[in-house]
Amino acid sequence: MSERLAVRKTYKLFIGGAFPRSESGRSYAVTSSKGDFLANAAKASRKDARDAVAAARKAFPGWSSATPYNRGQILYRVAEMLEGRRAQFVAEVVDADGVTAKKAGELVDAAVDRLVWYAGWSDKIGAIRGAANPVAGPYFNLSTVEPTGVVAVVAPPTGPLLGLVSVIAPVIVTGNTCVVVASERAPLPSITLAEVLATSDLPGGVVNILTGSAGEIAPWLAGHMDVNAVDLTGADADVAVRCEELAAENLKRVLRPPLDRIDWLADPGTDRMTAFLETKTVWHPIGV
Amino acid sequence: MVGLETVRLVGDAGEVSTTTAPFAEVASSNAALRAFLHGLPGVDRVGADARAAMLGTRSIKTTAKAKAIDLAISMVDLTTLEGADTPGKVRAMCAKAVHPDPTDPSVPRVAAVCVYPDLVATAVRALDGSGVKVASVATAFPSGRSSLDVKVADTALAVAAGAAEIDMVIDRGAFLSGDYLKVFEEITAIKAACGPAGGAQEGEHSAHLKVILETGELATYDNVRRASWLAMLAGADFIKTSTGKVQPAATLPVTLVMLEAVRDFRLRTGRVVGVKPAGGIRTTKDAIKYLVLVNETAGADWLTPDLFRLGASTLLNDLLMQRQKMATGRYAGPDYFTLD
Repeated sequence: MSERLAVRKTYKLFIGGAFPRSESGRSYAVTSSKGDFLANAAKASRKDARDAVAAARKAFPGWSSATPYNRGQILYRVAEMLEGRRAQFVAEVVDADGVTAKKAGELVDAAVDRLVWYAGWSDKIGAIRGAANPVAGPYFNLSTVEPTGVVAVVAPPTGPLLGLVSVIAPVIVTGNTCVVVASERAPLPSITLAEVLATSDLPGGVVNILTGSAGEIAPWLAGHMDVNAVDLTGADADVAVRCEELAAENLKRVLRPPLDRIDWLADPGTDRMTAFLETKTVWHPIGV
Repeated sequence: MVGLETVRLVGDAGEVSTTTAPFAEVASSNAALRAFLHGLPGVDRVGADARAAMLGTRSIKTTAKAKAIDLAISMVDLTTLEGADTPGKVRAMCAKAVHPDPTDPSVPRVAAVCVYPDLVATAVRALDGSGVKVASVATAFPSGRSSLDVKVADTALAVAAGAAEIDMVIDRGAFLSGDYLKVFEEITAIKAACGPAGGAQEGEHSAHLKVILETGELATYDNVRRASWLAMLAGADFIKTSTGKVQPAATLPVTLVMLEAVRDFRLRTGRVVGVKPAGGIRTTKDAIKYLVLVNETAGADWLTPDLFRLGASTLLNDLLMQRQKMATGRYAGPDYFTLD
């Protein structure tokens, strides 16, 4: 009897809840931190970015109007699914980052905990960012937060799982939808994460993941008139500057954290959530 | 290919005539009409689907795409046919018809606006002197279920209010039960209600007649071909796929069959009839597929708003967004265009 053939996974994009190949038909070789060939990943084009934005826009009304409680439940579900695939993610993080299995295990655990932590914020962020404002008149004056809209995220090149989860979760927990450009060097965990998202009750299109060159795709997202905010965490300095200029055209919100290495294991704080919120203030007459 | 053989099979007059005279006796009785329509060659359904799908794969880029977008905009019949239509909404739509993108005067105006008869007067006033025509649906749209008197009165109302084009629906019940003569006579009666042929006389105008076949209810491509011929024989200036109220609405293969019919009809009679797919055309990509289909089936002669229209409401914004993308190099967003 002949030896069994290996069944290898095809790493594709994640757009609108489906896993299409790049419209361009391109792919590129992904290597481990030691330079060994791991797999071919799809190389997304500007048209994939356009399709992803369309999917994110389509998903926005449903996701943003879901109750915060429901969004929290779904994020918690993502954490559960991620935990169930722990061994697979540990192996992928070892390949991608060259860390020991023990360290990789800690990073995967931290990613699961990060999701749970953000899931808990879903119905509490309004309490710290909203307000009942004192005004000089017979009115209730209430400020509440609302999601910004479609957010384009350039994921960090380091921390292929923890870094990725740490940029996606704060964006979607408040009701935004996003298009994520995964780390070019280590994109494989992002597609495995997409498989987790696809099986977690997360509506299709809330998170869309593109693999490929951030320098090629990010400017198209930053210039896209139907994108409301960009997170340039993972963008090189020159790409980030170009994206900021393009983002000015329709006054996108831009998050560009300092260039120094971010410690993804540290307490993230609420800044990444509040960066993509809009405040709505309502004046309501006090009844007689 | 489907349709080409039609030319030889229909009638036997060798010369192209300038009237429908070769078919004068066709409508003499229900039996004659049935014999003629059922004598039309059948449509190869698989072949028509495959041909339409193949033409839909053409890649239209850069300057050709820019030209196609402007042509498609100029062919749009901007439509609002809702029970909730108000004069204000119609006026807003008319403003958009004249200046589809107020920030860019180089955008061509659309061909026409399409409204219910009671809103024709509002549209005519709003479009006065702009060159955009006013089309009105009539004849108990969208079901067509009423008496001929009511349908004629409905048409007369729209024409009197100043409609330049009438979009009538055929009686699908009569068509499907084989009463072709009833359908034929209704179209002729509505055509008469549209006013005298050959242009307006003093103080009186004639409207172009578009005949809606409602292909989604005709079940087969053979029926689409028969209904197309029936409408053209009865004097339609345009044949239109759908009301937009029934799914499926316009599809590429159905439009292909209708384009073959108008092409063959011109070869037989010399009379040129237009085609209007309506309903379900939402993206620029779809619109360009239709333009390719027109060019490859009926020919470039039909690539004019006088002979080909796109009945749509949401399509226009997508055309404008694509146009802006080509002009600015950045993807456009719907936030910067009107809500329809």
